[in-house]
Amino acid sequence: MTTSHENEKETMDTTVKPHSLADVAQAKSVKAPGTRALGTGLETRGVHAWFGKHHALSNISLDFAAGTVTALIGPSGCGKSTFIRTINRMHEFIPTAAMAGEVLLDGKDVYAPGTDVTKIRLQIGMVFQKPNPFPSMTIGENVLSGLKLAQIKVDNKDDLLEESLERAGLWSEVKDRLGAHGGSLSGGQQQRLCIARALAVRPQVLLMDEPCSALDPGSTLRIEETIRHLSDTMTIIIVTHNMQQAARVSDYTAFFLSDGGPGQMIEVAPTSEIFSRPQDQRTENYVTGRFG
Amino acid sequence: MSVQELVIPQPREITTEPRFSDKVFRGVVTTGGLSSLLLLGLIALFLGYRGFEVLRQEGIGFITHSDWSISTDDAGNVIESHFGLAAMLVGTILCSLIAVVIALPVSVFCALFLNFYAPGWLKKIMVTIIDMMAAFPSILFGIWGFLVLMPSVEYWAKLLHRYLGFIPVFNMQVPVYTRSPFVAGVVLAIMIIPIITSVSREIFSQAPLDRIQAAYALGATRWAMIKAVVIPHGRSGVIGGAMLGLGRAMGETVAVFTVLNIVFQINWQMLLGAGGNVASLIILKFGDASPYEIKALMAAGLVLFALTLIVNGFANFIVKTTGKSGR
Repeated sequence: MTTSHENEKETMDTTVKPHSLADVAQAKSVKAPGTRALGTGLETRGVHAWFGKHHALSNISLDFAAGTVTALIGPSGCGKSTFIRTINRMHEFIPTAAMAGEVLLDGKDVYAPGTDVTKIRLQIGMVFQKPNPFPSMTIGENVLSGLKLAQIKVDNKDDLLEESLERAGLWSEVKDRLGAHGGSLSGGQQQRLCIARALAVRPQVLLMDEPCSALDPGSTLRIEETIRHLSDTMTIIIVTHNMQQAARVSDYTAFFLSDGGPGQMIEVAPTSEIFSRPQDQRTENYVTGRFG
Repeated sequence: MSVQELVIPQPREITTEPRFSDKVFRGVVTTGGLSSLLLLGLIALFLGYRGFEVLRQEGIGFITHSDWSISTDDAGNVIESHFGLAAMLVGTILCSLIAVVIALPVSVFCALFLNFYAPGWLKKIMVTIIDMMAAFPSILFGIWGFLVLMPSVEYWAKLLHRYLGFIPVFNMQVPVYTRSPFVAGVVLAIMIIPIITSVSREIFSQAPLDRIQAAYALGATRWAMIKAVVIPHGRSGVIGGAMLGLGRAMGETVAVFTVLNIVFQINWQMLLGAGGNVASLIILKFGDASPYEIKALMAAGLVLFALTLIVNGFANFIVKTTGKSGR
């Protein structure tokens, strides 16, 4: 834990405010949470996570209003990825992983006994850090793979294919080669293909775990545009190390930090406030680039 | 003003001078690599040399005819001889195909179970046992097959005959169910399960984790994930494992000799108690063979050797042509 003495010292050093990020965040319209008819959204209540004896994440309670984008920022190892993986129950795939607390989707605990975990993952989609299209499938098959994997029947596969690729901002680039293998695309296109694949099963929530960290600036920009578009129809949670990105795409930002112990959430607020008037000194240090 | 002409140089010769230690290591590795090739070549040469006389006399009939007889006068001179391997070759292929058809699904399911379903402690125990099975002496498989398996396989064979008898390979005219290629195939299947399981388990465990997670994140059940990610990734490796098993099954001698009734007549009816196997033929005839017959057995060995090489080449071909799609 940072002592109060250290906090004071840091405050005295704070002479330059992070204008640029704050401006970017303020320039975009902040949505009022919960105004859209998209269900009541997602909440976590007192979520803890462990890997074996290692306590990785402590007491995270966060609300994600329907139709908003929330960015999770913080230095490496502070539990951001672990946190979003507890939301769609991917956390439990790691041997010895454990969790406590509740994740409520539309008021229902996704960890409740008797819950069909595959249904949860259909409602809460995920995009990973590294593009991971299925190599044995074509572009088209990749987009529709979720239907096959979850055994969902759809009448109009072609429409869904086009719609998903369109929403992921990839349709115009691949519409003439849907039969080509997913691996033939560039890294940025592969990541958008993965987004299209996640969208095709029509999730309510989309988790994105550093989706742009392996991509060039151009591709990053395309994906950020995609995120802005998608947020009209779904709740998005994005983990990012890029603070400009958090400022550009998110409505809310949560700052996570681990000071040797388990990762904690230090602060959550509308993105413009996190970057202009953070409440906590540690947040300010991080967003102004003093550490992390 | 003179225009300076660009002189395009010759490409330089690039040389590297390896260090002494590297040269020594290279020598050791090369010796190891070439000696296996040399040994294999010498064995083939030996078989060819010893069998040449018989091969020349029998010609193509050596692999197309199915009689095996030799008569000698009192002095031990050969009066008349007929050597033909057709029945043995057909039997070898039939038995080993039965073995692979039975062993492949069992092994693949076993490998999937070990990788994706078995708890850690059970996996450890099972892997040890299965690896031990691979080192188990084949005569014990043979005896067990003869004493324990044969009576129960007879029952299954009768069922197959009754309900699938319209398929030629399951049909039979004479109700002799014991010592059939089917029994031999089942014994061989048990012997090659460890190999195919081991290879499959290894290749399945290398299925890329990020793809596995992608499938789960899309709402896949475990089986759907395995179908979409693990099996496409492992397909070529499993085929390679199956071909290794097939090679082992074709070369197996004692276990087949113990359970199979060797008859010099081409028989595709797998349930009928009359089969053949090149390696078992050699062990059957070797004990009291005349010098000339031994030459024939060497020639038979050479044919088996060639058949195994062909199968392995075929396996490599399949692995190469199916390898890329799943990765």
